[in-house]
Amino acid sequence: MGTQNIQPPIVQFAQLDKLLALGRANSLWPMTFGLACCAIEMMATGASRFDLARFGAEVFRPSPRQCDVMIVAGTISKKMAPAVETLYDQMPEPKWVIAMGNCAISGGPFLFEGQYGIVEGAEKLFPVDVFIPGCPPRPEALIEGILELEEKVTGSRRFPRVEVG
Amino acid sequence: MSLHPEVIRLLIFLVGIIAFAALNAAYLVWLERKEAGHIQRRIGPKEVGPFGLLQPLADGIKLMTKQLIVPAGVDPILFKIAPILVMVPAIMSFVTIPYGENLVARNIDIGLLMIFAFASVNVLGLLLGAWGSRNKYAVISAARVVSQNVAYEIPMLITVVTLVMITGTMNLHEIVMQQQGGFWNWNILNLAASPLMPVAFLIFFVCMLAETNRAPFDMAEAESELIAGAFTEYPGMGFGVFFMGEYANIVIGASVATILFLGGWQCPFGLFPGVHWFLLKMYFLIFTVIWIRWTYPRTTFYSLLNLSWKILIPISFFNLILTSAMIKVF
Repeated sequence: MGTQNIQPPIVQFAQLDKLLALGRANSLWPMTFGLACCAIEMMATGASRFDLARFGAEVFRPSPRQCDVMIVAGTISKKMAPAVETLYDQMPEPKWVIAMGNCAISGGPFLFEGQYGIVEGAEKLFPVDVFIPGCPPRPEALIEGILELEEKVTGSRRFPRVEVG
Repeated sequence: MSLHPEVIRLLIFLVGIIAFAALNAAYLVWLERKEAGHIQRRIGPKEVGPFGLLQPLADGIKLMTKQLIVPAGVDPILFKIAPILVMVPAIMSFVTIPYGENLVARNIDIGLLMIFAFASVNVLGLLLGAWGSRNKYAVISAARVVSQNVAYEIPMLITVVTLVMITGTMNLHEIVMQQQGGFWNWNILNLAASPLMPVAFLIFFVCMLAETNRAPFDMAEAESELIAGAFTEYPGMGFGVFFMGEYANIVIGASVATILFLGGWQCPFGLFPGVHWFLLKMYFLIFTVIWIRWTYPRTTFYSLLNLSWKILIPISFFNLILTSAMIKVF
């Protein structure tokens, strides 16, 4: 849980912490928030073919106060950056960030020498937990990103990893 | 030292009512997500426990361990008291609802009046929460909620007055006992009293949807234009309590509709009356509420008010006059 600035507890409750982590990992509510074309793939992930609801992560909350994970889906332009930062600051701890797509990772196709319009990656603004490459990533990739985040929270993976031979 | 049996009885009912409300809130969320999934040709929650049955537990753990932000500039008292003001009246209303022949915490003679008195406090909770959170979207939502609830309380209460004229009592237990026998004795089919009784049930049901702020009338939480409406600034369990209150209010609305129109715990065929019939009817109504929510889009605010003032109120007034005329004539 890298992005949290919570102090370590004085008394350790290992089993309780595991239970809390399990609860948090199984109800990751994302924010209803899209910046560019990756948001279309995010919507497709919530719809019937891919169904993000299977993992309990379909509750797209419109208010940042009720969200757990912020999916930065698209290009962050310099004009939008303050708003994105404000939304991140408004989320209550513990919170996580998924950078979806090449634009949110590094600026993607808009990254060239002399560009002045975009922020080169979400990590320039706030810490990011999971990066999902692709332009845009497929819905399966976003689901894999959420599973990856769950693994980061609980320490164990939900499904066996698929090995490509 | 021995406790008075009445005290023990009250304690058992208190614990039972709170447990019933909380369990319903948790598993109605599960039902809603599952039903929404199947309506949209998805599966819905399925990985967290068998059939996603542990999903409410995970959500509860997460909501309770979330940081509680009290944003700068909010009214510290109103902001904290508002979720409780939505939850407590809902719990209080359970006191008079008879779920079975003997399954009622307090059989009060003005039970019906008490439920509607407490139901109107719900609006105050939303209004104070929105006002206290010092957020312009919340205040806009609160203004809408108040005008919506005022508009829909009128046809609802006129319908209830019609019903009280027919039954002659506000005691919920007696209202159910009058509907004994079979489904033809239920108030919804009491055509001898007023031929408009099915319409009255429809009006009551629509008003119940509006009173509990459910889609297509969810002006309280208008996601597409007002962020999260009155709940915008509430993190973690503040929001969770608001939602538990909303689901408890739906349960109460469905229970009251069951008692007033569908014969409470009476069996439709006159056999084996009992609490199972009550729960069956109540959960069918709740299922319908969720079904409507995921089938219809939200209305605009003006058509919402027009529906109440131009259609529901005239029809319910006509029904009132017709019923009183029929009581006088026959």
